[in-house]
Amino acid sequence: MNRRFKSLAATLSSVLLTLFGLTVLTFLIGRVMPVDPVIAAVGDNAPEDVILRVRAEMGLDQPIPVQFLHYLYQLAHGDFGMSVLTKNPVATDIVRFFPATFELATAALLLAALIGIPLGVWAAVRQGTFTDQAIRVVCLAGHSVPVFMLSLISLLIFYSWLDLAPGPGRQDIIFDGMIDTVTGILTIDTLIAGDFDAFKDALAHMAQPVIILAYFSMAYIARMTRAFMIDALKGEYVITARAKGLSLTKVIWGHAFPTVAVQLLTVMALTYAGLLEGAVVTETVFSWPGIGQYLTVSLMNADMNPVVGTTLLIGLIYVGLNLIADILYRVLDPRVQ
Amino acid sequence: MNATFRNWALDENPSSRRQAAWGNWYRIWLNLRGNPLGMIGLTIILIFIGIAIFAPLLASHDPAAQDLANRLAAPSALHWFGTDELGRDIYSRLLYGGRVTLGMVIAVVVLVAPIGLAIGCIAGYFGGIVDTILMRITDIFLAFPRLVLALAFVAALKPGVESAILAIALTAWPPYARMARAETLTVRGSDFIAAYRLTGGSSWRIIFRHIMPLCVPTLIVRVTLDMSSIIITAASLGFLGMGAQPPSPEWGAMIATAKRFIFEQWWVAAIPGIAIFFVSLAFNFLGDALRDVLDPKGN
Repeated sequence: MNRRFKSLAATLSSVLLTLFGLTVLTFLIGRVMPVDPVIAAVGDNAPEDVILRVRAEMGLDQPIPVQFLHYLYQLAHGDFGMSVLTKNPVATDIVRFFPATFELATAALLLAALIGIPLGVWAAVRQGTFTDQAIRVVCLAGHSVPVFMLSLISLLIFYSWLDLAPGPGRQDIIFDGMIDTVTGILTIDTLIAGDFDAFKDALAHMAQPVIILAYFSMAYIARMTRAFMIDALKGEYVITARAKGLSLTKVIWGHAFPTVAVQLLTVMALTYAGLLEGAVVTETVFSWPGIGQYLTVSLMNADMNPVVGTTLLIGLIYVGLNLIADILYRVLDPRVQ
Repeated sequence: MNATFRNWALDENPSSRRQAAWGNWYRIWLNLRGNPLGMIGLTIILIFIGIAIFAPLLASHDPAAQDLANRLAAPSALHWFGTDELGRDIYSRLLYGGRVTLGMVIAVVVLVAPIGLAIGCIAGYFGGIVDTILMRITDIFLAFPRLVLALAFVAALKPGVESAILAIALTAWPPYARMARAETLTVRGSDFIAAYRLTGGSSWRIIFRHIMPLCVPTLIVRVTLDMSSIIITAASLGFLGMGAQPPSPEWGAMIATAKRFIFEQWWVAAIPGIAIFFVSLAFNFLGDALRDVLDPKGN
């Protein structure tokens, strides 16, 4: 028990250190920006004394370590600064945009796991055969195609040529403002409102970006599943179970798969973090109003507070997911002890 | 000649270090040749490098020459892949874009591989507080998705090819450090390292002359597999307007301008997209094959 506590303490302290590093890094990125924030606020032609006064007001005349402490203080109070573009506090913007990204990434992860895991298991069982090679090619292709390219091609084929899918955005204009925001997750909000047409519309709009993101992560999940399962299938208990006369399906899903399930949870947590990255590009192409689009729009306008805030948030989620994966692994896998 | 080389290289009892080394490489090559996907990948990569080097000879037009009367033309005998929104020849731009991509990839690898390797080996060899500090820094950089951190860096610097290279390099080194550290830990305790230390070899000499070379095979696999990720990140930066800037025929930037008329003249965006896809797929194929060949324990 003592040893477990110790290793947990070590993990937590390393997480805290990483968090501290994240804030240092984002602070530095925010400091080396190409535009002087004072000039940006008061304009080029402001008199010298105004510039000096504003600089003092913004705390930018302080030594860097003091500025950093001030930055930490602000972060601890949930203050990420103001966005020049939306004229809102960055924290407010993020709260508004995050549910859309969450919805997209979560749906994509579920779809990816649903397809990727069976595919990986199948490839492992058929290791070395044509099936295995075919799955390998499909997965490698998923790693090789840029998300923005896939998004554009999908829009071209399914929206423009075949007219099967709705265009960019999260819902049709007719439903604009019709649905009260409760959770910010549109598929849930439409159901709460009991508006099934709006629900169907929201689902239809999700289909393309979700499938594209899912393909991307499915490739990774399937590869990892295959690698884990190949190891698991080598176990002597698998041979014993087969020798006893159990069916192949039973041995795979009843005996071998449970041993890799926990490792797969870890993989899924990491995949989720990767999905946030994919969401940055996908959201831009599909005009999906999530934090990814917020980030890129702010980037194009050299609006640094949202850029730094969003980067920090994504970093935090990344670290959080890693921690969760680590804890899950310890708690769920009896072999770790 | 061929048969003589084969016999010499595959000799079970090599009489010199050179012969042993050649034999080793020749065996790797023979294994690689038996992997069809790997060979497809290698072929595409060689073609890609050839195209990038000989772009001025292969191009049919000046990639910057505008022909406004002939904008967005469909592929034809004159313009093999059509023309873009300023009437520039897409085929020629594609070839020159290959140069930009290849240059960026090489620059990133040249920056990243030695740094990552050195940090990882030093951390792994010395251990203790050095290890803790270096690995904590590595973890911080690993705590961001690559594209997001690269975007933030480029925004802080100034959009452009150089910033993109720097940003990708800054986000790409941590996995190499991790890998090199793991490799170092496995050999640190071995007898031959202890023997070097006994003969008075300094720590730095041991690290750079005896440990780092052992990490090279794993490094090659990692770099090859990482190539496609670097290419895609570079293209994504270009696509988001943060990498190579518009007059440049960088593939991502080409797609960024072409996306405005994707529904009418789809090939303008599709052609550079296909190029990105094939090159990164080729690196993935080759990397996958090299992993099987160079690292049998990973299989």
